[in-house]
Amino acid sequence: MNETIGERVVASAPAPPRLEWQVATVVSVIQETPRARTLTLDVPHWPGHRAGQHVDVRLVAEDGYQAQRSYSIASAPADGMVALTVERLDDGEVSPYLCDVLQPGDGVEVRGPIGGYFVWEPAQRGPLLLIAGGSGIVPLMAMLRQHARADAAARAGVPVRLLYSARTLDDVIYRAELERLADPPQVDVVLTLTRQTPPDWRGYHRRVDRAMLEAVSWPSADEPNVFVCGPTSLVESVATVLVALGHDASRVRTERFGPTG
Amino acid sequence: MQTEELRLDGNAAGGVLRELFAQDVTAALGTCAGCGTTGAVGALLEYGHGMGTILRCPQCDATVLRIVRASGQLRVDLSGVLFLTIPE
Repeated sequence: MNETIGERVVASAPAPPRLEWQVATVVSVIQETPRARTLTLDVPHWPGHRAGQHVDVRLVAEDGYQAQRSYSIASAPADGMVALTVERLDDGEVSPYLCDVLQPGDGVEVRGPIGGYFVWEPAQRGPLLLIAGGSGIVPLMAMLRQHARADAAARAGVPVRLLYSARTLDDVIYRAELERLADPPQVDVVLTLTRQTPPDWRGYHRRVDRAMLEAVSWPSADEPNVFVCGPTSLVESVATVLVALGHDASRVRTERFGPTG
Repeated sequence: MQTEELRLDGNAAGGVLRELFAQDVTAALGTCAGCGTTGAVGALLEYGHGMGTILRCPQCDATVLRIVRASGQLRVDLSGVLFLTIPE
């Protein structure tokens, strides 16, 4: 609110917004893989987000029992809507509802955006190295989408590489979009499949290891900004190797998914 | 389920931390009272359980922050935080 004092207009400092629960409406659902689904949400009072942030989702049963989980935002800040990609965990309390039950037009309680640590801004200088395991691709996709929306000069200033580990090719979330980013190459996309591979597979076929990280990452002297997201075991082994390879731990940002659900 | 899979980051506690602080503190720098190491709150190790959240120091494993929700109260133990620097 502006207050006029004499001839000067003084902007009073806005009160910091509280993080409130609100009911978002499901606008669309997309089945990304057999186990992952994207929910696009219209959140009425959405202040905007940064690539890498997450929201909390809360389900309340009729008897008052509550279950709450965090889900990363997949959409770029400029997309307007909030897209969450949720992996269905069979023994989960929340993800089966989000993946099987929720339909366009339904409401769901969310609060966010949350987080200021695992966040990429285009102004961060240096190459961008993204390493994902499974549904850990989701917050990294927000970064890739933000990067893809920048103009050619800005994109050229921030080269991007993605190393993405999935069980099988069918488990690769956003596969078609990643193929478009890779050809013509805006982003170096490197896939490794840990279980089944197609007959003509030319990518890696093993878990992410030191040799793979040495081949894919920039030398530490290039000071890449690194974001690692996935299961806790993958994230910790990748971060340990990168630091051993000479990368400054403060530039290796991690988000452990652990078992959510 | 392996124990290590229960370990998350301070990022994951961002929502409940926003109930305590007026702004995001996952990017804030916290100094561990146990060993004096300074690092981002988002890089602490989070151990969640039914009643709340424990954030531990990745260097010395000391408890830095405990948040427990019980009986309609949010109870916070900040004794493991020596110092907190919040970027503006």
